[in-house]
Amino acid sequence: MTGEIEVVASGVLTTIQDLGRPGHAHLGVPRSGALDGSAHRLANGLVGNPASSATLEVTALGCVLRARARITVAITGAPCEVHVGSVAAPWGAPVRLGVGQFLHVGPATSGVRTYVAVRGGIDGPLALGSRAADLLSGLGPRPLADGDLVDVVDSLDLPPTRFGRPAAPAHYPGEIELSITLGPRHGWLTADAVARMAGTTFTVADRSNRVGIRLAGPALAHGRADELASEGIVLGAVQVPPDGQPVVFLNDHPTTGGYPVIGVIDAPGIAAAAQARPGTTVRFRIAP
Amino acid sequence: MTRPVVHRVGSDALLVELPDADATRALYAEVLRRRAAGEFAAVDVVPAAVTVLIDGVDERERDALVAAVPSWPVPTSPFAAGRSVLVPVRFDGPDLPDVAQAWGVDASEVAKIVCSADLTVAFCGFSPGFAYLAGLGRSVPRRLTPRPYVPAGSVALAGDYAGIYPRSSPGGWQIIGTAVDVVLWDVAREPAALLEPGVRVTFVAEHAA
Repeated sequence: MTGEIEVVASGVLTTIQDLGRPGHAHLGVPRSGALDGSAHRLANGLVGNPASSATLEVTALGCVLRARARITVAITGAPCEVHVGSVAAPWGAPVRLGVGQFLHVGPATSGVRTYVAVRGGIDGPLALGSRAADLLSGLGPRPLADGDLVDVVDSLDLPPTRFGRPAAPAHYPGEIELSITLGPRHGWLTADAVARMAGTTFTVADRSNRVGIRLAGPALAHGRADELASEGIVLGAVQVPPDGQPVVFLNDHPTTGGYPVIGVIDAPGIAAAAQARPGTTVRFRIAP
Repeated sequence: MTRPVVHRVGSDALLVELPDADATRALYAEVLRRRAAGEFAAVDVVPAAVTVLIDGVDERERDALVAAVPSWPVPTSPFAAGRSVLVPVRFDGPDLPDVAQAWGVDASEVAKIVCSADLTVAFCGFSPGFAYLAGLGRSVPRRLTPRPYVPAGSVALAGDYAGIYPRSSPGGWQIIGTAVDVVLWDVAREPAALLEPGVRVTFVAEHAA
């Protein structure tokens, strides 16, 4: 059967995500995929899926789903209350739903992105090898809307009882430190801006999304007036436009850009950035 | 000849900076050739105006590449055998008069100039399947005010480049015409992009029926 899950309330933004479609950047195709890769992998592991299975990435305020078949789900990432009908259910552990039961994924108590894995994995058409919704280029499925029916991949081929152990509780603090490897274009900032960067406090701005988180703070001044020709951008790149307010690029980032990239955040930092709410305090630690 | 400058990017990428577009195109081809030959593995190789990004390489392999790339012998005309594509164009764009004025020619002359150019896809970006076509031999400024809506298939110019919008989007390029019966981007097709880096493109004027 298809349409095993009904999206009763999609919340502010719920998308289908997997490990994305790296390898096509030379065609202008963003990598896309789950912003918090470790939470996505954890959710899949809890229901016995491979990491490549698609999950739902739920943003900040939760969502409501209804099972139209017997399914097993697991919820990770940004912690939240979970209910099956009116009964409390665990975050970070496999949860079974019977036909017709409602799954309430509550608002995140910290962090931004909650992941819902379903045993078997979320199904959907592959675009360049991925089911991920890319909100920059529009590749992959559009964000889910109320009333959508979502298909689940048949789990008969998975090992029968290899459910993961319950996850350790997660908490995403209101202050984070991101480890940044300088380069390639930190020389486009003034020497003073580079020297002060590690001691500067930034705040995550409201206009952050799957493309990147925008930071507000004392401007990192450019030392050059000329323009850089567009060049390739990597995941976790920290770009500084002429206004001096950095952007940390996440999975739906453009493949090329013309503002200087002054450094790159490491993998744990990328997940931390993806879970940073507007208002979170951000500091950079310069990696050796 | 100026040797390329290599920058480390994060923990698993390197950015090679070249003196000009021709050297960039040549190095891009050489990187692909060596990757295909199994000399190293990389997830993405992204050419741009004067750089080639090599992303998703093993950390130890990255150090070896950083050291080796500047001394690679790079053939200068790597795309002699590249795929070539003819793109029929109806020259009916709203910015033809502005481009003609910028070049100091008649509007009809713009079509001749563009169709006689031997164009090559230098790189892609902006949106999937959008190719920056080099080889115009002339340049034109962007529009001062971008259009909120540029129809799919629009043939447009900006800076030294020509391009074709694969899908409708906002855009600031000068629109000179419409590509006829060309699907630039189709994820169900292999390859999805009609115009990949290195592909040679010739525009052919199509007259209104």
